[in-house]
Amino acid sequence: MSPVAPPATRKEVRAAMESGPQLTLAGRVRRNLASSTASFFAMLTAIVWTIPTFGLLVSSIRSENNIKTTGWWNWFGSPEFTLENYREVLTGGDVSLGTYFINSIVITIPAVLFPLAFGAMAAYALSWMEWKGRDWTFILIFALQIVPLQMALVPLLRLFSRGLEIGTTVVIPALELEGAQKFATVWIAHTCFALPLCVFLLHNFMSQLPRELIEAARVDGADHSRIFRSIVLPLVAPALASFGIFQFLWVWNDLLVGLIFVGSVPEVGPITVKLSEMVGTRGQDWQLLTAGAFVGMAVPLGVFLSLQRYFVRGLLAGGLKG
Amino acid sequence: MAAPVRRRGTAAVVGALGMTLALAACGVGGSSGSSASGAGGSANNDPACAAYKEYGSFSGKTVNVFTSILAPEDAQHKKSYEEFEKCTGIKIKYEGSSDFEAALKVRTAGGNAPDLAYIPQPGLLGTLVKQGVVKAAPKSVEEKVDKNWTPDWKKYGTVDGKFYAAPLGASVKSLVWYSPSYFKANSLTVPETWADMLKLSDTIAAKGIKPWCAGFQSGAASGWPGTDWIEDVLLRTGGAEVYDKWVSHEIPFNDPQVVAAFDKVGEILKSEKYVNGGYGNVKTINTVRFQDGGLTIPKAQCALHRMASFYAAQWDKSLKIDKDGDIFAFYLPAIDPSSDAKKKPVLGAGEFVAAFSDKPEVQAFQSYLASPEWANAKAKLGGWASANKGLKVENVADPIQKLSVELLQDPNATFRFDGSDMMPAAVGSGTFWTAMVNFINGQSTQQVTGAVEASWPKS
Repeated sequence: MSPVAPPATRKEVRAAMESGPQLTLAGRVRRNLASSTASFFAMLTAIVWTIPTFGLLVSSIRSENNIKTTGWWNWFGSPEFTLENYREVLTGGDVSLGTYFINSIVITIPAVLFPLAFGAMAAYALSWMEWKGRDWTFILIFALQIVPLQMALVPLLRLFSRGLEIGTTVVIPALELEGAQKFATVWIAHTCFALPLCVFLLHNFMSQLPRELIEAARVDGADHSRIFRSIVLPLVAPALASFGIFQFLWVWNDLLVGLIFVGSVPEVGPITVKLSEMVGTRGQDWQLLTAGAFVGMAVPLGVFLSLQRYFVRGLLAGGLKG
Repeated sequence: MAAPVRRRGTAAVVGALGMTLALAACGVGGSSGSSASGAGGSANNDPACAAYKEYGSFSGKTVNVFTSILAPEDAQHKKSYEEFEKCTGIKIKYEGSSDFEAALKVRTAGGNAPDLAYIPQPGLLGTLVKQGVVKAAPKSVEEKVDKNWTPDWKKYGTVDGKFYAAPLGASVKSLVWYSPSYFKANSLTVPETWADMLKLSDTIAAKGIKPWCAGFQSGAASGWPGTDWIEDVLLRTGGAEVYDKWVSHEIPFNDPQVVAAFDKVGEILKSEKYVNGGYGNVKTINTVRFQDGGLTIPKAQCALHRMASFYAAQWDKSLKIDKDGDIFAFYLPAIDPSSDAKKKPVLGAGEFVAAFSDKPEVQAFQSYLASPEWANAKAKLGGWASANKGLKVENVADPIQKLSVELLQDPNATFRFDGSDMMPAAVGSGTFWTAMVNFINGQSTQQVTGAVEASWPKS
């Protein structure tokens, strides 16, 4: 129930940490972790973790024959530079990769916005509205996180292709989707799969907002939708942003849902499915995956780097206290 | 205060529901009319279209095809349908996937099956038929298959006595890749018998290189190139009859004849003198990717690589694949040529066209794919062969596919389909693969064959 603390500057944090004996155990651990030895190990881990990606980058600028017969480290002995792999990836097929790039964007943006919109509303209802069975509903939604996505693929496909009938009553009609309409299936699928975590994360964040704030607004005559829009949403913006990035990366990198629901047809296929196919029938063109990986990585990397501030802050704020 | 709040709460829920519906609705209303091809009747008057009369005329119909055939072969597939599309007005939507088997199973289970799928394993076809999702082949297709394929091939597309899937392409597995230019420079000749082949191996080994190379690593499917070795050799030592019994499990997997075939393979693959040319010792077979298995041949570090005709796509594009070129293949010779039944065994594989829809336009396309006209048109585009008897060898574009078609059509040859594709999936795409990996890693023949036998599904 503490008021939202203004973000501490680095200097303040350091001063607080160095202020000595009254440190808690957690504080001491934190201080020790910030020491230079820890930094060294963190750097080391980071480097080791980055080496494969670096190797991939080096491979992507080598020629097909060299990629296939020698390891990427041989590049240092005999440096070479060719953009042949990138050219082949971007323009090699009968449909340009740009089409799939746009498909991925069309899939990703709604698949991020829908769960955010529904999740925020649900989280508000679960944290600031009083209604019967609220806690049980929250527990149920929380529990849904343990349902693996893979288990839901076939039932969801059936729902789309056959609809839902109870007895002879049609509850949900079968969707007869053709061509670009199939985007709807991936949007719905990604939204469904994202909602439990989204609701959980936003609920935790929202329920920590000071009650006084909400009550004051209510006294001033604001109704729930007003409170939600004018008070809660701006305050949880970091959590929204962090979940948004999270979901963006997840959807952009997703292969399974895309493969099952839309496949690689040029009208709707996402870039990941297309890239996975570039290896050819018997994997003879696997050298293209090196360049393909970096083409596919460009967008999420940009998103992550430009928004990582929110990512870290939002995760810390939303995930720790229940 | 409480009451209005609650009502508004309900309103919010209703609003959220409304958004869901709007989302669904906007999906439905998204775009329309993108699939109409509009060839219409006028195209049918084109004299070039006379041959397509029998398939009928459909306007604005689409057939979805789902396959495991990807770039670059997919381009030739799409190209070979163009005339059919123009003349009948049917638009063929081609979709390939590198996760074909898994994706197809999920899609059929979810009621989202494509119209047609090109299935490379008769075993998978059987599984899908048992799910009840595959439609029996129409009469027009069955007639064409009866006329253009041998009964053996028809049998692979038949499940429980009912004919479902017509054969499409075919590949020959009984081939050994070699370098004609290397052979010429070292005055070596292509062996005619198995014994000659071993003698040749010794000759090459005496020159200081290991004559054979192989690669079994293929991700989750690691070991499969080894199963082809066993099948090829069993077909040669045991003959077609034993082979069929082995595949259908009438004799156990560790029958003495099968064990003998494993040992015969071991004479080559487990010999440090013979393998693994350009890569290292025997165990490197398991770590070399199957795509790279023969790539040391052009570097003259290896001389022989037993691999199917489709390996042609793996060679560097600058190499000439021909009888007098840089790379070519010879028929893996018989072990016991004196016996008629074992004179010329040919191991191969292929795809089968399974239909999940019985719409007339789907059946028209199925019928076209079973015709010799399509087979000839497709073969002219290169990189492809078929066991269609109506396929004329002179129409086959590249030398290696010509060799394949000759073997497939050879009246003296005994053709058998890749056995691991017909065994139950638990064995054919499971324990048999791992058995080959263990075999190379040094386990004894008894151990590996016994393990596979123990894993054979009971029922």
